Amino acid sequence: MEALLAVIILLMIAGSIYTLHARDLLSAVIAYGITGFGLVICFLLLKAPDLAIAQIVVEIITLIIMIAVIRISTREDLTEGATIKVEGVRYVNLRSAVYFVTGLLFVVGFLYFFVKSTLNLDPFGVHSARMAQVYLEQGVELTGSANLVAGVLFDFRAYDTLGEATILITAVVGILTVLRLKGRK
Amino acid sequence: MILYFLCFVLFLVGLYGVITRRNVIKIVLGICIMEYSINLLLILIGYVHDGVAPIIVKGSAETNFVDPLPQAMVLTVIVIGLATTAMLLAIAIRVYRKHGTFDIREIKNLKG
Repeated sequence: MEALLAVIILLMIAGSIYTLHARDLLSAVIAYGITGFGLVICFLLLKAPDLAIAQIVVEIITLIIMIAVIRISTREDLTEGATIKVEGVRYVNLRSAVYFVTGLLFVVGFLYFFVKSTLNLDPFGVHSARMAQVYLEQGVELTGSANLVAGVLFDFRAYDTLGEATILITAVVGILTVLRLKGRK
Repeated sequence: MILYFLCFVLFLVGLYGVITRRNVIKIVLGICIMEYSINLLLILIGYVHDGVAPIIVKGSAETNFVDPLPQAMVLTVIVIGLATTAMLLAIAIRVYRKHGTFDIREIKNLKG
């Protein structure tokens, strides 16, 4: 189980690295599908069928929107593989060294906080449902929903769902505003 | 622990994309990858060994459910992620119409 999940996550990492380096934007978007659908398989293995359904729908809608955006704009990523104007080898070497050291510092700092925070977590598979204990024991009597995820989403945490709907409405209004504006020439 | 670490690596890949890529579409994809890694980490934390999906079937005495709370919250996050991605792409297409390129080095005049 753990090894299978590790293999799938490694595949997702490989797909996302290809996504970020592809020269063709259409193939970048298709490779991004590896990450999304790998996540769907992970959700199914982790016993979260509701999430898998939602993720697969969202993934396909995102794919369609992105392909539409690429259709009406450009397909080739001109920034990829372009050579930078070299202004003296020493200067470029110094600059890339500075970039490398800064990136390494960032990664080490992130790693430090990651290790510090995951040591406080339960190890994989031995989770104790502290807050959800009530939901698991009395969810059916209190909400009448056999699916506990739906019960939590629409009854115990209904205000969160209301906020989510508000965000969706705001995003739709924002998209309409941005796309309908006549640009200044 | 190794799975948490792999999630962290996936997050770093997305962050790397956001910081180093110069194409607006690639930056949007990097943000989406970061979001995916966070979703996966939350669900990994809520998993129980040999657990079943939190759906109660009449007559079965199964009690070893996985945690339903992270699943409900991540369901919210997935839908909000779709909204943010669509918003970012709408802004990207506006920028493309104004400047004729996705390259963030070419998009310099932020005024007006």
